[in-house]
Amino acid sequence: MPKSEDKLIDKNGLRIDGRKLDELRSTKIEVGVLSNADGSAYIEQGKNKILAAFYGPHEVHPKHLALPDRSLLKCRYHMAPFSVDERKSPAPSRRDIELSMVIRQALEPSIFLEYYPRTSIDLFIEILQAHGGTRCAGITVASLALADGGIPLRDLTVACAAGKVEGKLVVDLSDDEDKKGEADVPLAFMPNLNAITLLQMDGQLTVTEFEKVVDLALEGCKQLYKIQKESLKAKYVVGEGE
Amino acid sequence: MPTFFEKRQIVIPGDLIAEGNYVAGENTFKENGKLYSTHIGLVEYEERKVSVVALKGFYVPRVGDTVIGIVKNITMGGWIVDVNAPYLSLLRASDVVERSYRPQKDDLSSIFGVGDLVIAKIVSFDRTRDPLLSVREPGLGKISRGQIIEIAPTKIPRIIGRKGSMISMIKRETGCHILLGQNGLVLVNGKTLKDNRLAIMAIRKIEKESHTSGLTDRVTEMLKKEKEGEVENA
Repeated sequence: MPKSEDKLIDKNGLRIDGRKLDELRSTKIEVGVLSNADGSAYIEQGKNKILAAFYGPHEVHPKHLALPDRSLLKCRYHMAPFSVDERKSPAPSRRDIELSMVIRQALEPSIFLEYYPRTSIDLFIEILQAHGGTRCAGITVASLALADGGIPLRDLTVACAAGKVEGKLVVDLSDDEDKKGEADVPLAFMPNLNAITLLQMDGQLTVTEFEKVVDLALEGCKQLYKIQKESLKAKYVVGEGE
Repeated sequence: MPTFFEKRQIVIPGDLIAEGNYVAGENTFKENGKLYSTHIGLVEYEERKVSVVALKGFYVPRVGDTVIGIVKNITMGGWIVDVNAPYLSLLRASDVVERSYRPQKDDLSSIFGVGDLVIAKIVSFDRTRDPLLSVREPGLGKISRGQIIEIAPTKIPRIIGRKGSMISMIKRETGCHILLGQNGLVLVNGKTLKDNRLAIMAIRKIEKESHTSGLTDRVTEMLKKEKEGEVENA
């Protein structure tokens, strides 16, 4: 580590990992990586490595949880014990449980759950390696897994965070920026329907800063959506053998 | 009233396909006069109707479908059958047993046991009830011989072909009896294992190349070649 590690933004205006303020981490997405699940996808965003897969729709267990008018989306966000610097207990933490709910609520508006009443869709998001912004990357990749499995969707959901670090507004915060920065605003977005499905804030921002940060996060989402879209098509265009 | 995609062009969920006076067909939805795709698939236009042929999907039961199912459980009143759908289906004992069904006397497991494969027709299904099956038609009932393969349910129409051209060609070329379950299970029943193998090969080829054109000719060619090869090897 260089000596200047306590400075998150250097004098040239570059961030700790060499990015510009409005630059996303390099992102690689692959769709349909698992054969046993009904749909799956994998994302590498900077040092984040996340796998998402789902089963369903199928009958609900236990039966009393079934909803008479729509499908039940069950979502599990889970960090592997080896995903962080110090071993994390594999049991779901308070944070895991909260993020499972947050991700579920961010994805629910995009799914036609009402098409399959009395069933459940079991979605699993496995964080293999975490480096900040895993909830956003988790949403992005989970949406692709659902599309891969043929679940009817209103739109893909893409998520990206933005925030404030050492007085500067930045997009797609990494682990250090998230922990030492002033504010973090994760946002999930359905690009074609132009609808925000998740908006959280941690830290302090003025109203004008907040508005700028939201715009920044939306811009990040739109860039990420292009990668998301291409990766979904890539699976079939290559497989076509044309 | 513009459309934004060519016929047979690939779309993903949320892609805006058309705007204005169009009717939303399969795998699409309409909101505020705009028509979007809900699946990854290929666009089809049919006059004013816009639909998407899904590349990936699962089987959703429809009344009138012939399906192949696996008996999962036996209950007082009938059998629980897995038809590869989001819902388990029910086959009533009264539908199968001659005369009237007497739970004390009739042994259901002697008719269909757990693990048996059955060909059945879906007679009723809606949002509130699980699918109800029937075997009261010629050709339906327990499967006693043949080979079962599983394919993507979205590819079934392609294997049937236009007015059944594809499937009748495979039947003719291989001499196999083939039964397509709408749920993606296919029963292949030929005179020899070689015939079965040939038919399965053709079906797998169609599944893999379902979205390309001129497929019937290529499959015919492949089958003819394979048959010649077998004669030479013999």
